[in-house]
Amino acid sequence: MNNKKVFILSGLLPALALILAFTYYPFLKGIIMAFQDYKLFDLRNVHFVGLDNFKAAFKDPKFFTALKNSGYWVFCSLILQFVFGLALALLLRKPFRGRGIFQGFAFYSWALSGFLIGMIWKWMFNSQIGVINDLLLRLHIIDERIGFLSNPKWAMMSVIIANVWYGIAFFAIMLLAALQSVPADLYEAADMDGATGIRKLWNVTLPYILPTIIATTLLRAIWIFNDPSLIYGLTNGGPAGSTHILSSLMLDKIIYAGDYGAASAIGVIMIALLLLYTIFFLTVTKAEKVGDF
Amino acid sequence: MKQRLGTGFKVLFLGIYLIVMVFPLYWIVITSLKPQKDIFTFPLRYWPKQFTMDNYVNIFKISKFHIYIGNSLIVSIAAAFIVIIISVLSAYVLARYKFRGHGQVMLAFFLTQMLPGFISLAPLYLMMSHMDLLNTRYSLVLMYTVGLIPFSTIMLRGFFQRIPGSLEEAAMIDGCSRWSALLRVIIPVMLPGIASTFIFAFVQNWNELFLAVMFIDDESMKTLPVAMNSFILKFDVDWGAMSAGAVLSIIPTIFIFAIAQRFIVEGLTQGAEKG
Repeated sequence: MNNKKVFILSGLLPALALILAFTYYPFLKGIIMAFQDYKLFDLRNVHFVGLDNFKAAFKDPKFFTALKNSGYWVFCSLILQFVFGLALALLLRKPFRGRGIFQGFAFYSWALSGFLIGMIWKWMFNSQIGVINDLLLRLHIIDERIGFLSNPKWAMMSVIIANVWYGIAFFAIMLLAALQSVPADLYEAADMDGATGIRKLWNVTLPYILPTIIATTLLRAIWIFNDPSLIYGLTNGGPAGSTHILSSLMLDKIIYAGDYGAASAIGVIMIALLLLYTIFFLTVTKAEKVGDF
Repeated sequence: MKQRLGTGFKVLFLGIYLIVMVFPLYWIVITSLKPQKDIFTFPLRYWPKQFTMDNYVNIFKISKFHIYIGNSLIVSIAAAFIVIIISVLSAYVLARYKFRGHGQVMLAFFLTQMLPGFISLAPLYLMMSHMDLLNTRYSLVLMYTVGLIPFSTIMLRGFFQRIPGSLEEAAMIDGCSRWSALLRVIIPVMLPGIASTFIFAFVQNWNELFLAVMFIDDESMKTLPVAMNSFILKFDVDWGAMSAGAVLSIIPTIFIFAIAQRFIVEGLTQGAEKG
């Protein structure tokens, strides 16, 4: 019995110690920073300022742009990634010749970093020599070049397109695995009832994989909300802050402004939003236990 | 007729999807193989008139690119190894034993995946500075290890749960201790799962940018993403060199992905579903 306790403790200790020391401890320090005047270039003069960092954030129009953009960014990216991901998963469910190779080419974006994907799309979206402008001109879809990233009217849409491209593979992979776990006898029963393809999808397949759908979208939304790397590589929030989301604005304040207090305030607001979102999502879907992933 | 229409639609959709997925990769490779002047001349050529390796030669001349590649390899492999060792232990315990606090420990792991981690970036920078680890590869190995422990634990736990417990019970009746049962009996069965977790960790480390940007400033310690980041700031218009750099940074992960795709996908989804 004692032997078992020692085994449990020694197995968990390295992982837990590291996470407490280098994930949770700095995380709590970051939250405290939100209530401090904490600037990298003025470290001698760190002091508590109450809610000043939050007040400053709420006075900054850039913050509200980022807040609104975060909403668009998560909502549009998620819906489109999910729809295309599900379509792809449904089409790939039954084996066909070359499916393995197809999946290799279809899913590789998973292995690239958001930052590099941002760079590649920045090159393709270039308003002067970008290939997307060139293609659209050749196909006579547009008459003159579009400043996909330089025109604030288009920039957010362009960033979202790149993100959809990046994330379809994730959904397709997860949903494909879920589809393949649907027991065949469920379909047989539906066949006996004379159900058609669409009905089978709606009455058999989707209900069965619903837990996976819920878990995947819940998590994915949070990751999309938290991850600034694609935007960082693509526009770095430009032009004039019009494509910042909250996480990229926070990053900007850390890396370029060195204003840790202001950055942390944004971080704390993000945590509050995530909490609200999670509670809302779990209530609406009535999923108390979504696997436990 | 309806069947044919369905197949036609399927081929069309998959075909378009394939083109859309592959084109960006194609375009960055093609750009990197064009002579500098051809990159900027109209009309754009979708198949270059002449191919050149100039951009690749150039990037090793204007920067210490071989050093960045080396640093990225060292950091990514070292951190992935340590992650595996630590996570195999924690995952095994969490898969096999029920104990007081089990749920809390799992929650502590899950939560790290949901929190906006960049709020820790500034405190971590200060911690690394106090520990005298700025501008060292140790800082990255340490933080990449920490960053991947939770996900790897969750993933490996899923694999452990698929192995019947009777396996090590039998070994323990035969006189093995818990440790040797884990090492001699379970680990060998787990190798595919361990391999895919390792590869996943390697790819994440290889791609990581922001911690590296915060901690590393010294040319001789930079990893590939940090170097690419300073390229953007320094040679914003030199798309020849940048595309060559991008291709070189992508190659290892694509290569690994091509070999291990099946395992990784299986690992990710199984681990996730089993929870």
